[in-house]
Parts: sequence; C-alpha cells; structure tokens
Amino acid sequence: MRWKNADYSGWGRAIVAHGEIARPERMSALDSLLSDAMVPAIGMLRSYGDAALNSAGRVIDMTRLDRMLSFDPATGILETEAGTRIGDIAAAFAPRGWLPAVMPGTGFATVGGCIAQDVHGKNHHHAGSFCQHVLSLTLRQAGGAVEVSPDKTPELFRATAGGLGQTGVIVAARLRLVPCKGDVMVVTERRIEGWDEFLGRLDASQATYTVGWLDATARGAALGRGILEEGETGSGLMPRKVTHRKIPLDAPDFALSKPIVRLFNNAYYRRVPESGRTVVRPIGDFFFPLDKIHDWNRLYGKRGFHQFQCVVPIGAAPALRDMLEAVARSALASPLAVLKRMGPGRSGYLSFPMEGYTLAVDFRNTAEARELVQRLEEMTAAAGGRLYFAKDSLARSSGVQGMYDEHGPWREAVEKADPAGHLATDLVRRLKLRSGS
Amino acid sequence: MNSTWIILGATSAMARAFARRVSAQGAGVLLAGRDMDDLAAIAADCALRGARLAEALTFDARKPEGFAVLIDRMAREEGQLNAAVFVGSMPEQSAIDTDPSLIDGVVDDSYSGPARFLQMLAPLIEARESGTIVGVGSVAGDRGRIGNYVYGSAKAGFHTYLSGLRNRLTRAGGHVVTVKPGFVDTAMTWGLPGMFLVASPDAVAADIQKAVAKRRNTIYTPFFWRYIMLIIMHIPEFIFKKMKV
Repeated sequence: MRWKNADYSGWGRAIVAHGEIARPERMSALDSLLSDAMVPAIGMLRSYGDAALNSAGRVIDMTRLDRMLSFDPATGILETEAGTRIGDIAAAFAPRGWLPAVMPGTGFATVGGCIAQDVHGKNHHHAGSFCQHVLSLTLRQAGGAVEVSPDKTPELFRATAGGLGQTGVIVAARLRLVPCKGDVMVVTERRIEGWDEFLGRLDASQATYTVGWLDATARGAALGRGILEEGETGSGLMPRKVTHRKIPLDAPDFALSKPIVRLFNNAYYRRVPESGRTVVRPIGDFFFPLDKIHDWNRLYGKRGFHQFQCVVPIGAAPALRDMLEAVARSALASPLAVLKRMGPGRSGYLSFPMEGYTLAVDFRNTAEARELVQRLEEMTAAAGGRLYFAKDSLARSSGVQGMYDEHGPWREAVEKADPAGHLATDLVRRLKLRSGS
Repeated sequence: MNSTWIILGATSAMARAFARRVSAQGAGVLLAGRDMDDLAAIAADCALRGARLAEALTFDARKPEGFAVLIDRMAREEGQLNAAVFVGSMPEQSAIDTDPSLIDGVVDDSYSGPARFLQMLAPLIEARESGTIVGVGSVAGDRGRIGNYVYGSAKAGFHTYLSGLRNRLTRAGGHVVTVKPGFVDTAMTWGLPGMFLVASPDAVAADIQKAVAKRRNTIYTPFFWRYIMLIIMHIPEFIFKKMKV
C-alpha cells in the first residue's frame, strides 16, 4: 500500500498538517496497514479544527470503506462500514421510509466520524446523540478486531463514543434507523424578533426537528433576532430539483466583510415573510443546507476560519446572551450562526451534549476573531458549559479540562486501549487530553 | 425491461461507483472478481442501494476456464444483458524491464482475458437483440510512452478489439462503449507523483452511465482528455520519441 505525502486540514482550513496518508479500498488492505502499528483514522475531514490531524505521524483515510452491509426492515438496524457518509444513507433509505436517527449538519460526515464525535442533530432534544442509536461497533485495536456495545463492553463503548478515535480504528457499526414518512421535509419558518422570544420558542417547539438561525450582527433590541425552522418528514410531494454549486477558489477577504455580512443577514431574515411560511424541501436541503455548495469553506479565503460552538445549561442562558452580545458588538461574525435547544442525551465520557442551549458561530481566521473566540471560551467555562471538540481549534488545555467531568474514566480506558499512544491526534496533544492534568 | 450488468473487476473503485449507480436504477448486478470477501461487501451494498439482484462471482482474467460459468449465470437472467469491463493491471515499467515475462499477465488482464470473455458473451447479446458492453480502456492506449508502454499497448489492443466488436454487435441491436479515462483517484494512482486534474471514480461512473444512455461510441472521461490526447497524438514521432510525457 502506497503512502501519500500531503497537506491536509479540517473543514476550517485554519490549521494545516503535513504527513503521510494511506487510503485502503478493502478491509484486507486496512488490516495489513494496521498489522505493524496502529494509526489514527480520518474520514471526510469535516471536523473544523485539528481533531482529524496527526502532524506527528501518519493517518488512514477511511472514505473508501463505505459499503452498507445489511439492513433488517423488521428492526430498522443497518450495518455499515465506517467510511459510509450519513447523507448517502439518508438518500438511499429515505425513499423507503427510513432515516438515520441522528444526522449532523453535513451529510458528508462519515459514520466513523459521527461516532468519534458523538454528534447531534436538529432533533437532539427528542432523540439524543448519535451514539445512543449505535447498537454495536467493530473496533480494530492493536490485538485485532473487537465488538463493542453499550451492554457487553460498557466502558470501552463510553470511551469510544465521542472518544476522538483514541480507543482504536472504528471499522463498522450497527445503527438504528427510524421510520420517516418519505424523502421531503415540510418546514415551517418564522421570524423571531429577539433573544427572549427565541429561547421561549425553542423551549415550546413540539416539532421533531428544530433549528434556529441567528443574525449575529443584530444589536440592541434586535439582539438575537433570527429565523426558527421546524421540520417534519413528509411524502408524496415533489420538491424542485436541487442544483449543486461549487466554490471554485478562495474568496477574497472582502467577501465576508462587515457590511456584506450585515446586508446578507438582513436579506436572509426578510426572506421569510412577517407572518411566517410553510415550505416543502428535499430532505437533504433541510438537514444539510450547505452541502449543495461544495467547498463552501473557501468563502472564508485562504486563511480559513474558526467555528466556536458551546453548550451551556438552561440556567446559564443569560451567559449565552452575553456571548451573543460580545459577538454582535465585535461585528466579526459570518452569516453562519445557529442556536439550538439540547436535551440531556449523550453516550460517551467525552460526549458534547448537555441539557441546555447550544450556540455556534463562524469567524474568518483573523487575530481579532481568535481573541474573541478565546474570550467566548472563557465565558463558556464560567457558565458551566462545554466546548465541542468537533469544532474547536483554539482552546487551551487549561480551559477545557474542567468542562468534561468524565475525563478521568475516559483517560483510563484509552490508556488500556492504546497504551503506546499511537492514536493520538493534534487535538488530543493540544488539549493534553491523554496526559495527566 | 429487466436489465442485468455483469461487472468484471468489480472491486476497483471505478467499478464500484458504476455498480452503485446502476443498482440505484434497479438493475441486477453480477459482481465478478477475485477478492470474494470484498465482493460480498459490494454485493450487499448494491442490494441495499436498490439492485434487483446482486451476486458475487469469481472471475480471474488469467483463468479463462472459469468464464463459461459466468456466461451460464448470465443466460439464466431474463431481459437485457450488459457487461462492463474494468479489469487491467499496470506493473511498474521497471519491474517489466527486469522480468519481461510480466508482459503476459498485463496482456491477459488488460486485453486477452476480457476479450475472450466478451467473445463468449457476444452471441447472447445477438440472440436477444439488445445489450450494451462497456469496455474501460485508457488514454495510455492512445500512444506508447516510456513510462507504461506495455500496459498502453495492451489497452490499445483492447480498444481495437472493442471497435471491431461494436461493428459486429451494432447490426444485431447491441452496442459497445469504449471508455478512455484519464487520471482517476483510485488505489492505482494514490500517492503517485505527477498526477493532475484527477477525477473521482464517481464522476467517471456518471460519464459512463450517460454514454450508455446516449449510445456513445468512444468517450474520454473527464471530457477534456479528448483534447489533451488530440494534442499528444498529433505530435510528430520524431519529436515525440525524445519527449518524456
């Protein structure tokens, strides 16, 4: 198997690693690659920061191991290889009335990546996190493949779910799909005029899927204005065909400059009529709104961008408002800002979710933005919240250690699973997750 | 009408992408190759993506005695029978320089094996008066170059074979599509120096699917390779022989 020397980066493109990458196309090839020493696995590189980077060594690209292996329509259980993309599962199964129980905001994420970050979707408040629907997974460790499940190997499962790939290479998994009505979404959109109304609407939402878009440039009385989207699956309606576009080059800096973002956000807000509206969309359009613009991360220019995402407990909502205020005052935000309600569902020691509100905002990679993100991280810690490892690229070790109260058991399990430390990644080293605090 | 594709060399990345696409249209796929474990995974995947039938079968281009079983299996399917040939092998030219007997294997994999198989399949297509054969050749077959002329010459032979077969099957209602891919992002090209404008296997599969629907004769994929090769084929030999392209 040939190793390719390449530069590669996460979705934010702000941190670039250089190293050797192998991309096996068969399980037997993966097995022989791992027979000498363990190597961390990467997928579609949709984590924003350095979670999937290993500048100290090699990585294995799992994207060609992407076959769906079996499906039982009686139980809805799908077995699939770890490189399978969530969007491919949705596209193949939605017309037959099934969807992955939890889907992240991009369909390009792989099953292995969704497990390693224990991702959440627009239905977290009802359905919980991704790994709560993983019945078992096959983990390739130094000694060979092992079956890992919440009942039979609870500790290893909890260390693997959201465990950043540190317990072994995830090779395949059995996922629970849930019934859906069909492959379109019926989406109700309404304008939200400010912060308090937003939280109230999110709390009261009865919809299966709920997500809020925030105008992170609005200030004063308009602070926290945005659009609330509530969706249900539907069938029998023919939505218009989706056209895919591609960002062909790195955009110049002014593309996301302050006045342009303000203009865009204003137009985006007013796109929804004052009285709200209900529209029918293809399923992918609702769950993966940006996937139809390939390489949209290039809009942020060649220096890339950072995404800040935190979750804070319900009682700390005022602290989240302070964060949004700091973002609005800075005028550094891009049009991408999302507010969601989270339930308590999580399944790993290092899983991100907690009952509360989660806020995500993108920033072009500038010195001012880095400073702001670091301040937001401090505010998160003070509010008793958490940062999301799938997004983070700037936090410091001291800042995150206290956020994950099950860090200790995770470290012990990882020590047992990969004593030689072969699976450490740049994020794990930056945040010193595997060394004593 | 029922349609069934036999896919030779089905574990290759391009073949996998093509098998998925015809599966999504509800065709039957017979996946032929050597790595049975991997073929079983591909068959399961195709079935879950909508294939009416998905089976893993043994095919080794160097063992023609096994071909009849595959032809019999195809004959048992009703409706239109189609074949897509993705086999071929490209050892390093330097390895061939050291051991010229490697040439036999390259010719078996890239030309004589698939040609023998298609020769056995042709009467079935003629009898049913329909069916398409997709033969994947290579831009390397358009002109001999220092880096891979053994592989290139086998593919050139295959191209000529396909053109003759097209001439034969056309009069019986069948069709043959010759596919000449440029650089494709597969295990064969992974990490090789000098790759540019590399296409994804799925983009190539999409081009093939379109060519089948439109009954095209010869396609380059991605399309611009037609122009690159047009230039390369028009360089006079007295210059070309001194070039390293």
